[in-house]
Amino acid sequence: MPTEVHSIESLANQEYKWGFVTEIEADTVPAGLNEDIIRLISERKNEPQFMLDWRLKAYRQWLTMKEPTWANVHYPPIDYQKIIYYAAPKTKIDRPKSLDEVDPELLKTYEKLGIPLHERELLAGVAVDAVFDSVSVATTFKEKLGELGIIFCSFSEAVQEHPELVKKYLGSVVPHSDNFFAALNSAVFSDGSFCYIPKGVRCPMELSTYFRINAKDTGQFERTLIIADQGAYVSYLEGCTAPMRDTNQLHAAVVELVALDNATIKYSTVQNWYPGDKEGKGGIYNFVTKRGKCLGVNSKISWTQVETGSAITWKYPGCILMGDNSVGEFYSVALTNNYQQADTGTKMIHIGKNTRSTIVSKGISAGHGQNTYRGAVKILKGATGARNYSQCDSMLLGDKCGAHTFPYLEVKNTSSSIEHEASTSKIGEDQIFYCRQRGIPIEDAVNMIVNGFCKEVFRELPMEFAVEAQKLLGVSLEGSVG
Amino acid sequence: MAKSPILEIKDLHAKAGGKEILRGINLTLYPGEVHAIMGPNGSGKSTLAQVIAGRDLYDVTKGEIVYEGKDLLELDPEERAQEGVFLAFQYPVEIPGVSNLYFLKAALNAIRKKKGEPEVDAMEFFNLVRQKMGVMEMDEALLNRAVNTGFSGGEKKRNEIFQMAVLEPRLALLDETDSGLDIDALKIVSSGVNALRSPDRAILVITHYQRLLNHIVPDYVHVLADGRIVKSGGKELALELEESGYAGIEELAETAR
Repeated sequence: MPTEVHSIESLANQEYKWGFVTEIEADTVPAGLNEDIIRLISERKNEPQFMLDWRLKAYRQWLTMKEPTWANVHYPPIDYQKIIYYAAPKTKIDRPKSLDEVDPELLKTYEKLGIPLHERELLAGVAVDAVFDSVSVATTFKEKLGELGIIFCSFSEAVQEHPELVKKYLGSVVPHSDNFFAALNSAVFSDGSFCYIPKGVRCPMELSTYFRINAKDTGQFERTLIIADQGAYVSYLEGCTAPMRDTNQLHAAVVELVALDNATIKYSTVQNWYPGDKEGKGGIYNFVTKRGKCLGVNSKISWTQVETGSAITWKYPGCILMGDNSVGEFYSVALTNNYQQADTGTKMIHIGKNTRSTIVSKGISAGHGQNTYRGAVKILKGATGARNYSQCDSMLLGDKCGAHTFPYLEVKNTSSSIEHEASTSKIGEDQIFYCRQRGIPIEDAVNMIVNGFCKEVFRELPMEFAVEAQKLLGVSLEGSVG
Repeated sequence: MAKSPILEIKDLHAKAGGKEILRGINLTLYPGEVHAIMGPNGSGKSTLAQVIAGRDLYDVTKGEIVYEGKDLLELDPEERAQEGVFLAFQYPVEIPGVSNLYFLKAALNAIRKKKGEPEVDAMEFFNLVRQKMGVMEMDEALLNRAVNTGFSGGEKKRNEIFQMAVLEPRLALLDETDSGLDIDALKIVSSGVNALRSPDRAILVITHYQRLLNHIVPDYVHVLADGRIVKSGGKELALELEESGYAGIEELAETAR
């Protein structure tokens, strides 16, 4: 067998660099789920009645729902009674008022992860909200943003400080009954990020949330809500890691975006949850519901995701294009290595006139990885002049992995146009040899070819994160060759 | 003082998929020399180039290749390239999304690193490229496009020689660089190669047709048939072949068996 192919198959020996555990005392609730647990969570968080009511409504709905089985992923049944639904790092004060009150162990953790929390250490232009297990531990640059009327805080804080906004928009894009995992999240979600950009304001810096699962046997259920008022603009980035554990951990998040007239939201994700070991043991189940609503005319929501982590990824960030001339975009790179499985894609629902959507999906499979693109484009009756362009490319490294594509189309308006292109390629032995013949070592060659393949997606990421994503891809493919 | 050879191939045998393709090649190239290898299709010309470059589709079963005194067969393809072995591909490979310039800079820096030289920065590299571009009449737009992606046949071949000009190898193997070129492109590519002839570089030109050798005039011509060099001579041998065709050569190969 040619060594290139052979070495690509051994593309598995990457070390997960973020797998450490922080020794920190946690305030948890007992494992399992019932109405009392939900009341307890709501009480711990000192929530107003409307929140508790909403949670209970979601829980009752969830009890009637079945875990979805249509995705092309396989895992043993999850025992929802064994999961701990709330874990918070213990602090002396109820909630840290400033970084000085945050446990130094926690700050050290974020430092190790390369997430700068201290504002003075911050790279200019990125404000960070950090979520550790179930609660938000620190939000930076809050004051500076506040001067512009931008609200950027933890979800818990938003519930306390801006209940009218929460009440108005919570569940307005992803209803409590949307799907099994979204219902579960609605019942038990403990924190997340909240962001509101007022009319006509262009947020001057990248906003960022950093999620970390630390405690054992806990699930993480965060919820993010971003509202861009008329003419506002915001670019938002989310990053995630978790310690290495040999049991699977559940992450069921919900993200809701709302763009009003002429507003733009750009949401970028670099997801690097622990993927499990080389034999497929452990890792995060990343079952996430993300959706944006282009409520206003000429609004735009753009999703860019780089998914390299998690044992299983189940995720379809979509756009509901209600406003006339609104635009939805989805740019995705999903990499599965070892025994990782990903079933990911998007849903574009065209309701308004002249709505446009673009889908660019790049799937990379290596090792025994299984990568599925699943996308739906719906053009409703009133969506005169709607246009969609989809492009799904898959790349295989080695011959034990798989790539699958399931595009669904539903068109109810004859004046619309839809284009779909798909390709599957094997990373070419001839491409690798060509690079090597020019003196480029085999690992660099694979990296270069894979990065070239993902270029259309990376160029959608904010600069710093594009560099980060390229590095991450390199690390995820490390040990694959040579 | 006698110069030592750049490349010495001794009794080289190589197989692919169980079939013996090279059956005892002997060939020596000294610095400054241009050798041409001609032969009918399937005679093993391209295999020879690929084996020298280190393609692992082929198993070397016997013999040796000594490059600047080193055992070349011990080295990985990238190490051979870093030591100064360059193959201009018969079919240059497309790498979508990777810009030609980025690719070439990575290659140059890998080679420089091996030599213990500092990496070139973007400015130095651009100046170097500018200078080499003129020789190959390369369109600047091609530099920023993805490697060979959507290039015409002629553009791909020109790009190969352009890369060679930038990387400045000690040993260049040109594998059917003339195939698919019209006469104008052939002239440009040939003049590019001629500009790269140098007293401390050896060039091995592999071709099916004599016409390339009107433009790149070799010092020696070897005829390959059935995995062996059956005849060697000066540049006039190419003209003889052009007249008589390969038919006589195959007889020669038969009797050599």
